[in-house]
Amino acid sequence: MIEAIQFKLNGEQVRLSVDGERMLLWVLRTDLGLTGPKYGCGQEQCGACTVLVNGEAVLSCQMPVKEVKGKEVVTIEGLAGSGELHPLQKAFIEHDALQCGFCTPGMILKAHSLLIKTPRPTREQIIEGMDRNLCRCGTYPRIVQAIEAASKEVKGGTK
Amino acid sequence: MNRREFLKRIGVLGGGVIVYFTYGIPLAKAQTARGDLPAFNAFLRIGADGRIACYTGKIEMGQGVITSLAQMAADELNAPFDAIDMTMGDTDLCPWDRGTWGSMTTRFFGPKLREAAAEARAVLLEMAAESLHVPLDRLVAEDGAIFDRTQKSNRITYAQLTKGKVIERHLKGKAVLEDVSKFTVVGKPFLRSDALDKVTGKAEYAGDIRLPGMLYAAILRPPAHGAVLKTVNLSGAKQMLGVVVVQDGDLIAVLHEHPDKALEALTKIRAEFEPSKSTLDDKNIHDHLLSVASEGSIVKQGGSLETGRSLAADLFESTYVNGYVAHAPMETHTALAEVKDGKATIWASTQTPFGVRDQVAGTLGMSSADVRVKPVFVGGGFGGKSASRQALEAARLAKLTGRPVQVAWSREEEFFYDTFMPAAIVKVRSGVNASGSIVLWDYTVCFAGSDGADLFYNVPHHKEISCGSWQGSGGSHPVGTGPWRAPATNTNSFARESQMDIMAAKVGKDPVEFRMAHLEDERMRRVLEAAARKFGWKPSRAPSGRGCGVACGIRSGAYVATMAAVEVDKSTGRVQVKRVVHAQDMGLVINPEGAKQQVEGCIVMGLGYALREEIRFKNGEILDLNFDTYQIPRFSWTPAIETVLIEEDSAPQGGGEPPIVCVGAVLANAVFDAVGARVYRFPMTPDRILAAMKGA
Repeated sequence: MIEAIQFKLNGEQVRLSVDGERMLLWVLRTDLGLTGPKYGCGQEQCGACTVLVNGEAVLSCQMPVKEVKGKEVVTIEGLAGSGELHPLQKAFIEHDALQCGFCTPGMILKAHSLLIKTPRPTREQIIEGMDRNLCRCGTYPRIVQAIEAASKEVKGGTK
Repeated sequence: MNRREFLKRIGVLGGGVIVYFTYGIPLAKAQTARGDLPAFNAFLRIGADGRIACYTGKIEMGQGVITSLAQMAADELNAPFDAIDMTMGDTDLCPWDRGTWGSMTTRFFGPKLREAAAEARAVLLEMAAESLHVPLDRLVAEDGAIFDRTQKSNRITYAQLTKGKVIERHLKGKAVLEDVSKFTVVGKPFLRSDALDKVTGKAEYAGDIRLPGMLYAAILRPPAHGAVLKTVNLSGAKQMLGVVVVQDGDLIAVLHEHPDKALEALTKIRAEFEPSKSTLDDKNIHDHLLSVASEGSIVKQGGSLETGRSLAADLFESTYVNGYVAHAPMETHTALAEVKDGKATIWASTQTPFGVRDQVAGTLGMSSADVRVKPVFVGGGFGGKSASRQALEAARLAKLTGRPVQVAWSREEEFFYDTFMPAAIVKVRSGVNASGSIVLWDYTVCFAGSDGADLFYNVPHHKEISCGSWQGSGGSHPVGTGPWRAPATNTNSFARESQMDIMAAKVGKDPVEFRMAHLEDERMRRVLEAAARKFGWKPSRAPSGRGCGVACGIRSGAYVATMAAVEVDKSTGRVQVKRVVHAQDMGLVINPEGAKQQVEGCIVMGLGYALREEIRFKNGEILDLNFDTYQIPRFSWTPAIETVLIEEDSAPQGGGEPPIVCVGAVLANAVFDAVGARVYRFPMTPDRILAAMKGA
């Protein structure tokens, strides 16, 4: 059913007239032109499509767009403030915590959500919190290091 | 394209030095693609804007050559690292290349790039001598400029030198290379130059390109390999608003401006298929493969097997087996195609942009010169994106619809059409004499391929045979197979290194000591020693109960020794890898940080084929189609990884493949050391470990 859907996307209000059952991932990638969230599996199995909804990491490949009505959505494109990279983005660069980069947006946003809930996570908490996000290049050890480093810069997930 | 057009396209009409070079690829191909241009397949230009551009048909898929190649060019040219622009995999701008695989970029392209840069520097020095009125031997090149050693202010930049002049050189013979000891960029750890784009979402992959009017395609697929379409009813899909339906021979697709709507339309197609005639599955595949295996060819031999047998006091016969393993890159095969005004433009996740260009040209009945494959970041390849069926599908659909078309495979299509690491069998018969020396090595590998089958241990009587390649031969494999990170070498290392440990255990020797006793190659001895030192290896006869393992290998010119410590839960058979130490001699290390990244990535990826990954299939149907049942390594599987890179000034070797080749073997040996049970089949699932423990 086509309906009017309004939500905040990367700090700006968007109004859409769409079929509310369509998955957020595809609406973001096509209707809204934000290609940071990636398709990896379509079945909530890999985490490549992770975005933040009200600060919480969600898998956009299986989230109907009608469910973000009135909420605040952040994609990787919206994470850096006015030009300044988020500490997690910086830490991923500084720790070379990526290779092909396809899982990276999802990894960073998942970590962001983790740090909001657990600002000073132990290594075990990072591994447990991140375990559903997959990286075939095998950059896990560096991602853990990057999140540890960023957690020292971040207060409750905000700069 | 004529010469002037070419120079214009690469931006040197305003002046520049351009050095053309070749690196061991048939020239005929390069020439046909370039028309009247001279024969070359790579080039470097120093422009009047001071930028240094390197054009290569190689691609970046995460392995990091975008950084390491730039490091090499920077040092040889005495230019800052960030003055280098890498243009990779654009078939109109970059000269022909066979493909990015086999850990070959640094090994074969790298040295030639250095020579081209050295030649360019020589040209710039000559130009500076003339322009500064200073003899050559007083000139110093540094940081993108040249100055008089005796008067530093008498200085000119590369940009000033090249302005308004076009100088072309063809690299012939060997250029005088900079002494490695003078390098300031090579050998230093550099962070990835593509990282900023990748952490901000700016990096564009094939699926991220948007063109006006583009359509997203969903293609009707058979339920099984070998299933044949009997009837199809497209009316349901045709009734959906905004759906374009294409039926062209074997290609039936529905297209829409939204990819999810195209997928929805696909569910409205009613199709009936004749089932596949294949009777094969993941249980009977190895018997089938052995029954169709050819006689094979000799990889290496020495002495006489008969003599070896007569000298042997103990004989050991083993069969090692692995199933099909998926590449499973996070980005599925994706392509966007536009066919307009007699030209086709393709953006594709591929390891072979020039192969795609020629195949698209063939499919559309165009000349290769009218097809351009444009560069995009590739979201992981591992060998699996050497085949690029999706690009041909996109090209066909673009031509048929007259609109740009994206084909992005679903994860299910990715598993279905993957060109898996082939299922394979290795049979080894070996023997030791009364004093514990190996005297016999009778080795046959079927369907994995010959890479890594040649024995590097010192055995007087040996013969290594390979039958069937990893591509299989007519009727052998019921599913797609192809190169998988370090083709054949994972399988061959598993067999060789397991067999070494079996013999060591029988003669009561420590596995490292036993290997050393059979190693003459100084490089391998040094690598093994380095691994043992870092690991803190304490000699013991296996099984010691500690869960420690060792394995050695050679791949892409690099020597590796891997050690691991594992814990095996004896009630469940589950393995947790605690620690991996990997020592590697890869010659001159261009980017130590990048090399370590590759080591870590290989160790993590290797856990999959060793412990969990195997495609289940039956009658042509692929049963594992997503990550719910096909489990790949996760954060929680990952051990502590320590890398030792041996300092070497010799020629740089491969780095993207060598660290993976021993991961399976070292874990098989560590599991044996932990529980005294040997697993002869990959992956070593909990069930298989428990079964081996029962039999032990």
